[in-house]
Amino acid sequence: MSTTDIEQESAPTPPPSMSSSRRRIGDSVFSSLSVGSGLLIFLTLAAVAIFLTTESMPAVIASQEFSGTADFSLVKYALPLVFGTVLASGIALLIAIPISIGIALFISHFAPRRLASGLGYMIDLLAAVPSVVYGLWGGIWLVPKLEPLYFFLNTYFGWIPLFAGEPHAPMRNLASASVVLAVMVLPIITAVTREVFLQTPRLQEEAALALGATRWETIRTVVLPFGRGGIVAASMLGLGRALGETMAVLMILAPGATFSLRILEVGQHNSIAANIASKSAEASGVDMSLLVFTGLVLFVLTFIINAIARWIVARSGPKS
Amino acid sequence: MSSMTSAPTEASVHRPHDERRLPWYHLIFTGLTGLLVAIAGLAIVDALSIASAIVVGFLLHLLFGWVYSLVREGPRWAMDRLVTLLVIGAFAVAMFPLLSLLWEVIRRGLTRVLAAKPSVLSFWTSDMSGIIGGADAGGVLHATVGTLLITLWASIISIPIGLFTAIFLVEYADQGWKKTLGTGVTFLVDVMTGIPSIVAGLFGLAVFITLMPDASVRMGIMGAVALSLLMIPTVVRNSEEMLRLVPMDLREASYALGVPKWLTIVKVVLRTAIAGLTTGITLAIARVIGETAPLLLTVGMVTSMNWNMFDGRMATLPTFINQQYRAGSANCMSDSVTNPITHEVYACSISTNIDRAWAAAFTLIVIVMVLNIVARLISHYFSPKLSR
Repeated sequence: MSTTDIEQESAPTPPPSMSSSRRRIGDSVFSSLSVGSGLLIFLTLAAVAIFLTTESMPAVIASQEFSGTADFSLVKYALPLVFGTVLASGIALLIAIPISIGIALFISHFAPRRLASGLGYMIDLLAAVPSVVYGLWGGIWLVPKLEPLYFFLNTYFGWIPLFAGEPHAPMRNLASASVVLAVMVLPIITAVTREVFLQTPRLQEEAALALGATRWETIRTVVLPFGRGGIVAASMLGLGRALGETMAVLMILAPGATFSLRILEVGQHNSIAANIASKSAEASGVDMSLLVFTGLVLFVLTFIINAIARWIVARSGPKS
Repeated sequence: MSSMTSAPTEASVHRPHDERRLPWYHLIFTGLTGLLVAIAGLAIVDALSIASAIVVGFLLHLLFGWVYSLVREGPRWAMDRLVTLLVIGAFAVAMFPLLSLLWEVIRRGLTRVLAAKPSVLSFWTSDMSGIIGGADAGGVLHATVGTLLITLWASIISIPIGLFTAIFLVEYADQGWKKTLGTGVTFLVDVMTGIPSIVAGLFGLAVFITLMPDASVRMGIMGAVALSLLMIPTVVRNSEEMLRLVPMDLREASYALGVPKWLTIVKVVLRTAIAGLTTGITLAIARVIGETAPLLLTVGMVTSMNWNMFDGRMATLPTFINQQYRAGSANCMSDSVTNPITHEVYACSISTNIDRAWAAAFTLIVIVMVLNIVARLISHYFSPKLSR
């Protein structure tokens, strides 16, 4: 408080770095706290990487690939899990992205102005619904409701490999897990896309409307090109969440370890995260190390996806 | 219409009367037609149900609305109308699962909370000690306290680090080596955002197993450390965005008055951005308060109250929900179950575990909602009044 009083008396002072030593102490403390926090981020991530690597080494060394004698293989263990994770997340995104863009457009450009903020708040609130509640809802309420749809798809579209096979109740299959994952990532993708759409330059939109464009033409020519980077970023954010999501898969999917594309069949797939969560309580020694190894694989997978997302955003950004 | 006919330009592709826009209530007409045709069609093939009528009716509405608009308004407006319908449909499709989730949680959860067996609301005032088999009793006091404590500690760790990192990125990382460091930090925060929650759990577990050589160690603080790994990047991202929104003019005005940099940041930048910062931080808290996977690995599960973050396992609401859900239906050999500790006798209920899971989910959602409302109120009362 006292410093501000002094400031008011000596208003035309030179830049802050040349003033009294007391201020310089405040400045240097604040500056080093800030820089220290930045460095701490480095240290934390280094710790995560080092730990994941060192803890997974016992499994890597003991595995068939390295020792040549062990009875378990890293690739055979991890690959079906990677397949299941990617398949579930991919299907979830296929469902979620178009719907999310639709909702974002609805809130930002179609809904009456008075309703829009309320609807947006609702989506924000739903982004905060905990994953375990989605899992509970999916496992108990949604799975029985989806049965007729699955039988319909299986009967009439069974010639598509995805819907082939012999599904049976209860439908604790990959498709159910994907649907719940889609519901979970939907609010996130919507929230980010909506923000981007709302940031579209007002003048450009009005210019398009003044030229006689319909609402859809305005969106197609102004809003969507402007928001392209945002849509990709939002989708990647959703993908990141879907890949690492544990509870929805753990609580819905009956686990298996195959490379089957038949998403309606029960007991065929599992995801990395759900596998870790279900086995970590009893695992120890090499088994635990194997789980940490799959965790490392998941970490690298999400890292690569984030890197690709950043690249796309950086490339498409300046054009808007 | 008549005004359009007076000056047709070369650029206009369609005849002037194509440019007419019908009022919105024509949608109701085409919608009802679609619905009626759907009901009739489904009744003929004997597949009529509310769900199928709505789905088929909507698809037919897309077709009818488009054709109707094509005839009356022309292709450009028809496309516009089709997209309007699709966008409304997308919103309805999303609202359906989301509303049904909230409805189920409130219906099943609130019922269990209000009809808790020993006394009303005893679900929120008792724990699970001695509750065995299908006993229709027990509560989540211990899990609620655990959730709040762990989230509080995660916030204590994450908010200062996250906020200072954001300040560093916005205010200090502008030149020289600090700029290089800033680029690196931005990159790493991106990487951290992508860390799956289960990996954060593995990290928290391993740090403490390495620190204290006991593979079975489980403590509340382990969960808090794991959660802060997920919380820090969210806090940094949200805060950074808000700080960047503060106009440069304000900072320059402050410097021109000779105010030192740190005071400018505290009194001008943070003060201006406080509403956004609060909202961002609350969203970060709301994100981690429901995290389950890291806590499954780091804090374990216990049936009674544990206030100590640094000793022993802790129950939390998310892991409690998961545990009760996985327990599934209970076995009821007889009509009553006796608590081995207090010797109280409870009725036996097959669905008791699932009921408790719903009630705990309701509790968790109430906490999250309260957090959101508090954030709204704070941002409402503390945001600077720019309009005056």
